Amino acid sequence: MCTFAADLENNKSPIMQKIVRFLLVLALITPVAAFASGGHGDDHGEKKEKTKEEKRAENKEYVKHHTNDSHDFGLFTIEGEKGEEDSHVGFPLPVILWEDGLHIFMSSKFHHGHEVVESNGKYFVLDYHDGKIYNADEHGNILKKEVDGEEVKLAPLDFSITKNVLVTILMAVLLFFLFRGIAKSYKTGLAPTGAAKFFEPIIVFIRDEIAIPNIGEGSHKKYMPYLLTVFFFIWFLNLAGMTPLGINVTGNIAVTCALAIMTFVITNATAKKNYWLHIFWMPGVPIPMKILLMPIEIIGVFVKPFALMIRLYANMLAGHIVLGSLIAVVFFFDAFLAKTAFVGLTFFLNIIELLVALLQAYIFTMLTALYFGAAAEEAHH
Amino acid sequence: MGESVELIAGAIKLIGAGLVVIGAGVGIGRIGGSAMEAIARQPEATNKIQTAMLIAAALIEGIGFAALFAVA
Repeated sequence: MCTFAADLENNKSPIMQKIVRFLLVLALITPVAAFASGGHGDDHGEKKEKTKEEKRAENKEYVKHHTNDSHDFGLFTIEGEKGEEDSHVGFPLPVILWEDGLHIFMSSKFHHGHEVVESNGKYFVLDYHDGKIYNADEHGNILKKEVDGEEVKLAPLDFSITKNVLVTILMAVLLFFLFRGIAKSYKTGLAPTGAAKFFEPIIVFIRDEIAIPNIGEGSHKKYMPYLLTVFFFIWFLNLAGMTPLGINVTGNIAVTCALAIMTFVITNATAKKNYWLHIFWMPGVPIPMKILLMPIEIIGVFVKPFALMIRLYANMLAGHIVLGSLIAVVFFFDAFLAKTAFVGLTFFLNIIELLVALLQAYIFTMLTALYFGAAAEEAHH
Repeated sequence: MGESVELIAGAIKLIGAGLVVIGAGVGIGRIGGSAMEAIARQPEATNKIQTAMLIAAALIEGIGFAALFAVA
């Protein structure tokens, strides 16, 4: 008994480690279970009669629903009894539109795409399949315009606080208070306390393994705030995407585009003479080569942030689609053995995705530091 | 006539994307394999090798994704 108490006080004891390990495994399993039960409900009773095509279409819809941005924060859906409609549980988000004036209302007015909303004499409908808002007449028919022989749906300018925007804002607030608290804890003493205990090694890792080797001692200080922000922002959002809430912020090309543009602007705004020299007049090569290299280097300036954008977006989106599809496959089979096998596979991939969440944040920060290094480099002749 | 040309063009696009993805896969596999050998020879340089490996793999991965986006 005494040894047990002593064990508890010592963090490195085997019992404590076992408890922590158990909790970690529990935390890993929960998302899979919640995800699976949340999206689909049970396949029993008359639901068994669904044909394969119907199931396939349903699964496709399910994956799309979880990877797309939406105008409401859906938590889960309760499948209605025969003849009744499914009820969606969640909370609505504000819709902000610009169409000859500002239109602001809550997304609950759409009733999940079933009703037309009238605001200041304009009518809007929500297409529940692609999650976008379109202009309509009072009967709910989407207004269309003919462009080059093709019909294009008319849509207002959409500045809504969607699910992605809400999560991004919440994450920014969380990061702000978390890291302000960490910074404050160093004012009382050098030993880290509280959250700083956990985050200090990661912050030091970014400084010593990413910033200093790539940018160089001294000039790395200028870039550290951005590197730390971008690393934790991407990592936390990736982790938020692993929860069963269906958040897919880093798998949205607009978000990664904004991050890549920031890297692009900082790289070029802080670039020294040496950086521009290497782009426009490469030193150390014959003059015909200098002329040949110039356009290639100029393209390279834009390709680098473009690749950053695509890499993060595609990795996270692909991860979500693969996970969603595998969970959907669990419900596709009727055989117990097949279901079990796919639950195992989903669990395994979930763990891989947790690793990818960290890896993608690391790679984004690493490559950003690499580009900053090229910009901050002094001539060495 | 026009329809079949479109079909063939689509098929060629898909095959091309497949080839690029195979190439990217082989490339990343080779990087991983070489990194393993390098770590086996110089275990003390593991950290540096891992970093270089990840960067190279990430760069190749970008090309694979670009191919996928060209057809998607």
